[in-house]
Amino acid sequence: MRKLPLNTPAPAHSARGLAGHSVKHDSAWKHVSGQARYIDDMPTPEGILHAAVGHSEQAHARIVSMDLDAVRQYPGVIAVITAKDVPGHLDIGPVFPGDPVLADNIVEYIGQPVFAVAATSHEAARKAAKLAKVEYETLDAVVTVTQALNKEFFVRPSQTQQRGQPDQALAQAPNRLSGEQFVGGQEHFYLEGQASLAEPTEDRGMFVHTSSQHPSEVQKLVAEVLGLPIHEVHAEVRRMGGGFGGKETQAAPVACIAALLANATNRPVKYRLSRPDDMIQTGKRHDFYNTYDIGFDDDGLILGADLMVAGRCGNSPDLSDAIVDRAMFHADNAYYLDQARVTGHRCKTHTVSNTAFRGFGGPQGMMIIEHAMDDIARHLGRDPLDIRKLNLYRPGRDTTHYGQTIEQHVLPELLEKLEASSDYRKRRSDITAFNQSSPILKHGLALTPVKFGISFTAKHLNQAGALVNIYTDGSIQVNHGGTEMGQGLYIKVAQVVASAFQVDIERVKVSATRTDKVPNTSPTAASSGSDLNGMAALDACEKLMAGLTEFAASHWSAAPEDVTFADNQVQINDLTMSWETFIQSAYMNRIPLSSSGFYATPKIHYDPKTGTGHPFLYYSNCAACSEVVVDTLTGEYRVMRTDILFDAGRSLNPEIDIGQIEGGFVQGMGWLTTEELVYSNDGKLLTTGPANYKIPAVSDCPPDLRVGLLPNSPNREATVFHSKAVGEPPLMLGIAVWSALRDAVSSITDYRFSPPLDTPATPERVLAAITACQASQEQHKESA
Amino acid sequence: MIEFLLNGQIEKLDQVDPNLSILEWLRTKMRLTGTKEGCASGDCGACTVITGTPGPRGSTCYQAINSCITLLGSLHGKELITIEAFQQEPGHPVQSNMVEKHGAQCGFCTPGIVMSLAALHANRKEGETSNGQILEALSGNLCRCTGYRPIIEASHQAMVEEWKPDSDHPAAAMTNRLPAPELAGIHQESFTLNTPQGTRYDSPVSLEELRTLRREAPDSRLVAGGTDLMLEITQQLRTLNHLISLERIPELQGCTLDGNELVIGAAATYQRFRASLCELWPAFDAMLDRLGSLQIRNRGTLGGNIANASPVGDMPPPLIALGAILVLDGPKGERRLPLEAFFQGYKQTTLQPGEFIHSVRVPVPEANETLYIYKVSKRLDDDISAVLGAFRLTVDNGVVRACRLAFGGMAAIPARAAHAEAALTGQPWNEETLQTAMTALASDFSPLSDVRASSGYRLQVAGNLLRRTLLASTSLPGEQLMVTDYA
Repeated sequence: MRKLPLNTPAPAHSARGLAGHSVKHDSAWKHVSGQARYIDDMPTPEGILHAAVGHSEQAHARIVSMDLDAVRQYPGVIAVITAKDVPGHLDIGPVFPGDPVLADNIVEYIGQPVFAVAATSHEAARKAAKLAKVEYETLDAVVTVTQALNKEFFVRPSQTQQRGQPDQALAQAPNRLSGEQFVGGQEHFYLEGQASLAEPTEDRGMFVHTSSQHPSEVQKLVAEVLGLPIHEVHAEVRRMGGGFGGKETQAAPVACIAALLANATNRPVKYRLSRPDDMIQTGKRHDFYNTYDIGFDDDGLILGADLMVAGRCGNSPDLSDAIVDRAMFHADNAYYLDQARVTGHRCKTHTVSNTAFRGFGGPQGMMIIEHAMDDIARHLGRDPLDIRKLNLYRPGRDTTHYGQTIEQHVLPELLEKLEASSDYRKRRSDITAFNQSSPILKHGLALTPVKFGISFTAKHLNQAGALVNIYTDGSIQVNHGGTEMGQGLYIKVAQVVASAFQVDIERVKVSATRTDKVPNTSPTAASSGSDLNGMAALDACEKLMAGLTEFAASHWSAAPEDVTFADNQVQINDLTMSWETFIQSAYMNRIPLSSSGFYATPKIHYDPKTGTGHPFLYYSNCAACSEVVVDTLTGEYRVMRTDILFDAGRSLNPEIDIGQIEGGFVQGMGWLTTEELVYSNDGKLLTTGPANYKIPAVSDCPPDLRVGLLPNSPNREATVFHSKAVGEPPLMLGIAVWSALRDAVSSITDYRFSPPLDTPATPERVLAAITACQASQEQHKESA
Repeated sequence: MIEFLLNGQIEKLDQVDPNLSILEWLRTKMRLTGTKEGCASGDCGACTVITGTPGPRGSTCYQAINSCITLLGSLHGKELITIEAFQQEPGHPVQSNMVEKHGAQCGFCTPGIVMSLAALHANRKEGETSNGQILEALSGNLCRCTGYRPIIEASHQAMVEEWKPDSDHPAAAMTNRLPAPELAGIHQESFTLNTPQGTRYDSPVSLEELRTLRREAPDSRLVAGGTDLMLEITQQLRTLNHLISLERIPELQGCTLDGNELVIGAAATYQRFRASLCELWPAFDAMLDRLGSLQIRNRGTLGGNIANASPVGDMPPPLIALGAILVLDGPKGERRLPLEAFFQGYKQTTLQPGEFIHSVRVPVPEANETLYIYKVSKRLDDDISAVLGAFRLTVDNGVVRACRLAFGGMAAIPARAAHAEAALTGQPWNEETLQTAMTALASDFSPLSDVRASSGYRLQVAGNLLRRTLLASTSLPGEQLMVTDYA
């Protein structure tokens, strides 16, 4: 730079938009004006081709022959590739092998890509892909989780965590109950389908625009399928139109197929999935079959528990080992189980490989203990809230079944507060009275807690990098390994950086996530985005600050402690100068204005052999109280009111956090109520679009929704400005709705009995539970 | 050639693929990518745009529609407004409030939501916009991130703010509703779009032209709103070789009272006939709130819902219960038949080659007659019925003098429950009669199990809907019987 930019500093003022302020999402105006660009919106490069794949029509079969002539001859088709055309690795399994990018000889689910097409239009590629003639030799298929469990057909070995002597405790307990439940899966239904644009670069390299939560993995896998060193591939993510875990591993096959076709044709290739292809081809939340056997005293205090969680992993391991682990880590939810055994099975089925989804197995694990809480309460004739409160982790009863000690006891107080603010007791008695006089409509109420472990359970993923550049006009650019999927990570990290330098948020720009700016990043997942990347950015800022402070001290002959950064200014003893003037001085004096930062989460460890350790840095806590009304003629219901209290620590951005909480709650409610994935007996997904897969719509939002952040609750761990994670935990607040439905149904039996309510609790399942209650009540009357 | 306004600028298109949707045209031909594809099936609303249709009284009617399932050819003579009209700051009150309330997270559904709300803003009346109107406006827009609360709050605030765009704003016409001068001179005649590949789109403007076209091309497909037909193009990837649009034939759009019958034109949209129909038979109102979304009801037509012959179409059961008469037109002239006789089997009707639905004649209520309509689905908004029951009852001094019970979702066609009707007719309207009728339903139907519901659930609910009818007919005013009675 020969000449510095003109510098007209604004008058000194307190820096705007620092951490703790509810700054708007950095793309807010672009979102509302349609100017935010997603993959399919990018200007198309010269010569672009469009990709589609042919799907396996069988759940489990050997490919006998594949006639692709008609596909090749379709007008506009430029290239057709199969497994044998993959120059590098065929298997793109993220952790364990099992995911061929294109099926090789054997197919393992209906919808598995068996070949890929590049054509001059999206339509031509899709139409051509339907013309293949594939002959299969059908093999036995396992479709449901129970089929797999009975055959002990697993993608990974089963695991057990045990403390004490649960069998003995169960045998000696004054009361003992057991039960089982099916917990349904969930389609992510990110509004932007999976998409990737691959452009060949020099040296046979590839530049990949991807809608991915894990650009580093996209980069690595694209390099592997092409047989290139990783440094020949660049992956970039500006934003996703929603992710929710569905773009953690599932974006990679899309990018790899685009890159393979781009490599084969030496032309840019865009691959975006139509909604039905996306629903058929990509993994979803695992459905689970869970059982419990619990012993408890006459107050409802748990003395021993034997819990089993079995996830339907689909055809490959993908992330299922960690997902079932997390289900096991959360089978206690917020409760001290005393003598306990938790067993987790990773069931293999010939269906699409299930994957990460907000909560990552945690929600499915929690469902079994929340089911048991309601059942214990009915058995003892107590309010379920009392049973929940009684069993909460507290000092003295504070060690989990995997040996981690709970250090921050937030929930006892949080539940008391929510119980009071939601007017739980008054409403409970009003509802009981209402139900006695209302033959058709029944109200239900439930207050359920969430305790969710924060950290990746794969220890090595708990690291992050960042790059902070200060330019000579005083503007700052930040790049970090986290990706933006709507959760507001970019603005939160920008707030961290602005806070570090005490400058206005407008000076800080977070640029698109790129593998050549910050390498070897972890996925933006496990609620860790701000914790990891915020800290990495802060580390970069602190390094810059150290250099700048040292420069200021030596240049203006002051002690380092007399150099302060505040109000968009730098003060050195009596000398005050604007931020940009100071930065220009630093530049002219050859002080580095760019730094990388790094963070690795401390304290965490876990030994899968013993099933013990300290896998989480801390736990996130929250609770919801939901009231529902149920129609006993049809099983239809509505959520009338929901109160939520959430501990976000010292929130980096309260409004953004509340957005995560509300959105997570509604998504969790959808998972447990209307969102039903239906498969045929031979493993074909029948719900392949929003016409028959129903995520919550606007009328499903509770008309009375009250969300609060727990005040004065800084994280006692040294997280970024003592905030707490917020991404996944609120999803599990949806359990309050499910429990409230069970409560409403149970009112038919005067709260004596509560039949199982498998999820999603569609009106049909609710009506079945109502019918079971009515039958039980008839029996009860007769026997009385 | 078709001519229309795109964000205030005239577009004249000679070569139009008859199968091309507005969304595809915007995104791929015009590179206007603010409008998003979320599903290409009219179920998510990410593609929502606004059309302005010149109304009969000279003012333009602005409506939110799904551009993914609307044919480009349907735009002739209309205004099309997309999110690109709203890219200048400070923007529309809907936009500023969406920003203010954190109404967007990932932002992908947001342009569609802004368009739905901008249409509501243009159509809102003086005074407060109700929560119900806001929910209705958003009923076809899915958001996966926010849980909707901030969007609803932003909507309320936006509706009490004025929007005063500059006169050269691309969407300025929405504030005055005056016919666009650019459209004044364009042709009003019928037109045909042809492609070298042999696909064709006819847009006749008279019944006579339609008859001729149908006679000459009995294999042609009729398209009105296209809300279902378009799925063949976008979901099944079919090419529809010959389409005939019913949108510009005035005789098919009407909704008028003729003696004791309300005559609804086959191509009248739900929004067009809703008020007149609900005035006669108020039970339709709650059901129509849940039939599709507002975007669908702005485009979907009565004739389409009938001709589609789906076992779960929501209009046929209540119309069958009412004894509505279907008027068909075709090469052999007009013929009339009871609607129930139209449905022959799964997706099969008595429509003869060259015929088309002209109109539906709905009787007005007689003394002591009540219609009950109950829709049951997994989700309240925009969901296809698992079961829909429609019951027309004449109860006189506590005795059922006459009844017609029709169901959707219980058989391959929308159908009456003959045994249950027989069990009710002439009997006292009480619990005992109800029990007999509920039992009789099992003789009437053996429904299928599918993704929406099991056979057992359908039968159980069908019976329970009769129970609900008994309860409703004896309930006190204001008594809450359904979860939808709660605002």
